[in-house]
Amino acid sequence: MTAYVEQTGPRAVPTASGTTSAAPELTPAAPEPVTKRFEFVLGLADDALVAAQRLAEWCTRGPEMEEDIALSNIALDQLGAARLLLTYAGELEGAGRDEDALAYRRDDREFRNCLLVELPNGDFAVTMAKLLFLAAYQVPLYTALAGCGDERLAAIGAKARKESAYHLDHASLWVRRLGDGTDESHRRMQAAVDEVWPYPHELLTPDPTAPVDPATLRADFDSVVSSVLTEATLTVPETSWTPAGGRNGVHTEHLSYLLAELQVLHRAHPGASW
Amino acid sequence: MYGNDFPADDTSSGLLGEVEAAEMALREAAERGRHGAAGADPAAYFTEVIAADQKVEPRDWMPESYRATLIRQIAQHAHSEIIGMQPEGNWITRAPSLKRKAILLAKVQDEAGHGLYLYAAAETLGVSRDELVDLLLAGRQKYSSIFNYPTLSWADMGTIGWLVDGAAIVNQVPLCRCSYGPYARAMIRICKEESFHQRQGYEILHTLAHGTPAQREMAQDSVNRWWYPSLAMFGPPDTDSTHSAQSMAWKIKRFSNDELRQRFVDMCVGQAEVLGLTLPDPALCWNDERGAYDFTQPDYAELMRVIKGAGPCNRQRMEHRRRSHREGAWVRSAAAAYAAKQASKKEQASRKERVA
Repeated sequence: MTAYVEQTGPRAVPTASGTTSAAPELTPAAPEPVTKRFEFVLGLADDALVAAQRLAEWCTRGPEMEEDIALSNIALDQLGAARLLLTYAGELEGAGRDEDALAYRRDDREFRNCLLVELPNGDFAVTMAKLLFLAAYQVPLYTALAGCGDERLAAIGAKARKESAYHLDHASLWVRRLGDGTDESHRRMQAAVDEVWPYPHELLTPDPTAPVDPATLRADFDSVVSSVLTEATLTVPETSWTPAGGRNGVHTEHLSYLLAELQVLHRAHPGASW
Repeated sequence: MYGNDFPADDTSSGLLGEVEAAEMALREAAERGRHGAAGADPAAYFTEVIAADQKVEPRDWMPESYRATLIRQIAQHAHSEIIGMQPEGNWITRAPSLKRKAILLAKVQDEAGHGLYLYAAAETLGVSRDELVDLLLAGRQKYSSIFNYPTLSWADMGTIGWLVDGAAIVNQVPLCRCSYGPYARAMIRICKEESFHQRQGYEILHTLAHGTPAQREMAQDSVNRWWYPSLAMFGPPDTDSTHSAQSMAWKIKRFSNDELRQRFVDMCVGQAEVLGLTLPDPALCWNDERGAYDFTQPDYAELMRVIKGAGPCNRQRMEHRRRSHREGAWVRSAAAAYAAKQASKKEQASRKERVA
């Protein structure tokens, strides 16, 4: 079991029943060489998938009917990007895993999403803080991917950047409204920014060998976020805490619960088609 | 990236054809124009417009009871769309494939959209959405009783699409020809989307019914639970229906509850055969004389109990809506406060400009 947990790459042979599979299947075959590109694409795919799952939790719970529709829209955009990225990741891996094998039959230690997206939704202010930071990262990321040498990533980036631009507009508007709305909304929005602020650090960690080095996105991210916070009359928090680990499969306690819900039905019927 | 990626089938094409015919009739009526004007006798003019199959429009004179009936009916329909998001919303996070998750999320989102068009149609009658939402939350206006049943398995996403949306379409297609223009126009758009919903539900059930034994069992169990509540969606039998006669005369309603229920049963029998699932009614059989299926009526006493609040999920559905509304209150206040601040800043700026 320990050997399995410490395996850093994806499982070479996916088992339909996941963690409950019989003992022999728990011993993984020697991991196939895992390409850097696969890991990179999987990270972006998992960010989008987990973000979609969290946003979908808002469905029927929005503060206004129009906002319910908007959050579902953003969830659908993230889910759409996740599907394209997972499909591509599966092809890069070459082990025959499709989008569903990757989404439903990996355990939390095999997920590569950042911690930011798996944090619970909290109140509407926390959700908007998370979305602001995610979109402020995804807009320059997808824009850079749209011009990168990998044709598949370039096509996905070109489509997703337009959607992310809308997500950024939407989140920015709400952060301004809440920050500069009532006393209560200001207090909640500031608390949300304070809570979520440390998490984007992980997204911008330098990796010069990636198709897009995250460090090159920092300038855009900082300028967008600081201007929105200023307009929203919010204060930039002071902290040196920089939680990370998602890209290596070391997550918060929240992810396992999220995946339990996401995967429960699929895993209960090994081999079934839906 | 989501959506219409199923092969076409003809399960709802007949009804969709009726929606298209209604849309054409609406255009033709608009091109014909209405004869004359209200003049000195608006009540006579109202009767003429209805008799000529023209549309009554928001600024026209209309009997107060016509207005009240429409507000009640459109609001109830809007509330049903909004409450109806919950039983299906229950499975979004657990959908068994990413494609199904995307389709279900989009479907529930469509329902929110339908709620919005319908509240907008009701607003043309001089009532605000906020007032209607308050009436719902206070329990003073109803929504369709079907949403007070729980969604216990994934197969319920298929059955709701096939039977519940199917019954809704049979009910709603005639409303595309309703005498009140804004309602008729909203219904044309809604029916087109509903027919896609019905098709995707049918496709879910078809996949399950042809899947593993456990999936097949899930599908049959679901149809067993939803069949009679779906039949009850057409309301009480004609002998007990209180609003029908006047609504028929006003061309708000065009067929009786029992006529629509029969049409629905006749439509479902063949579809169930294709699915390979059994409708849970041993008495179901073709009647040559009537040219229709004989079937067991739903338990109308149960329908009345559910309408009065004693269904399995009435309390849960209402509490969910009240909680969402309550928890969103600070967000709505913030949006209003921000808008007021922006407006006053703009006004100050333009005043300065005028002074300068």
